[in-house]
Amino acid sequence: MAKRESTFGNMLLALTVVTLISSASLGFVYELTKGPIAAAKLAKKNEALQSVLPEFNNHPVEEVYKKAVDGDTLYFFPARRDSQLVGTAVETFSPKGFGGTIRLMVGFLPDGTINNVAVLEHKETPGLGDKMDRKKSDWSVQFEGKNPKNFKLAVKKDGGDVQAITASTISSRAFCDAVERAYNSLMKGGQQ
Amino acid sequence: MNQWNNFSKGIFKENAVFVQVLGMCPTLGVTTSAYNGLGMGLATTFVLLMSNIVVSMVKGFIPDKVRIPAYIVIIASFVTIVELIMQAFVPVLFDELGLFIPLIVVNCLVLGRSEAFASKNNVLSSAVDGLGMGLGFTLALFMLGSIRELLGSGAWLGIKFIHGDGMLLFILAPGAFIALAYLIAIMNRVNRRNA
Repeated sequence: MAKRESTFGNMLLALTVVTLISSASLGFVYELTKGPIAAAKLAKKNEALQSVLPEFNNHPVEEVYKKAVDGDTLYFFPARRDSQLVGTAVETFSPKGFGGTIRLMVGFLPDGTINNVAVLEHKETPGLGDKMDRKKSDWSVQFEGKNPKNFKLAVKKDGGDVQAITASTISSRAFCDAVERAYNSLMKGGQQ
Repeated sequence: MNQWNNFSKGIFKENAVFVQVLGMCPTLGVTTSAYNGLGMGLATTFVLLMSNIVVSMVKGFIPDKVRIPAYIVIIASFVTIVELIMQAFVPVLFDELGLFIPLIVVNCLVLGRSEAFASKNNVLSSAVDGLGMGLGFTLALFMLGSIRELLGSGAWLGIKFIHGDGMLLFILAPGAFIALAYLIAIMNRVNRRNA
């Protein structure tokens, strides 16, 4: 193998050329995938909205409004059916997850009753905390149709009404924390 | 040089996971299911193949002292391309693998093949080597993922065989070490018999 002698000039030239070609090809691929990535994200959001809200026929994503709370942002998606408000989905979060921040989409009826909850993002332990996701278990069914006014959003161990996931009290607490944060800001004038 | 040898050594005699014990971070981290193992393996195979081809093409042009930074830039570019493409077309897999995709950059298997093979061989041999090594890696991850999914969730490729949970241990990190140790033991036995 013929080793090429390293001089300042040819090292500079080689690295410059390599990085230039790399960045040019990355820019090209980025432009190419920008559309599909945005479409995939939107499809995921719409799917989550449809699963947590009653039937609607407006475009909640276009009517989104947001509010900064506790160092992060809550997003509110009002759902209307023939211009009548049928519910609001709140994209909420909790920093208290076992593996970091968890993000949920919570659908509320106009009176504050929880319609349904979907997990958008979490890093909880597979097989334990990830049971909060409807794809893994039916744990989150217990929130459906409950109004936080008379349903205390805390695990039983902490004196609340939520049956925690076995061996995942921390994940369950974070889930309650996220739902409660959504409920509180929605009731505090989040309503349009 | 015999191209079949270049290809098959990556799968059996020099298998990255079972023999060289390289790339342990993704091997242990993402193999909670057979599907994840397969996805991670194929993503790594693509990066290995492309970076081997490019490194063997530019090997005469890169001065010796800056070869490592140059290889890393090449590898990192292909990893980012894989990441963007995955995010666009298989978002479900991307959500599962997420963090581990950028980590392919520091998978010592990829840099190892660039340095040990592609920088000394021609383009065709390097492509064959990258493909063989990558498929060997994929096979190892798929086997490990299958075992962990079968024992840990009682399922295979998402198809459930039992109701409820399996042995949780195998989904968690210690299970990865235990399953990998048994797999390496079995592979050693097989390789010794063939030798």
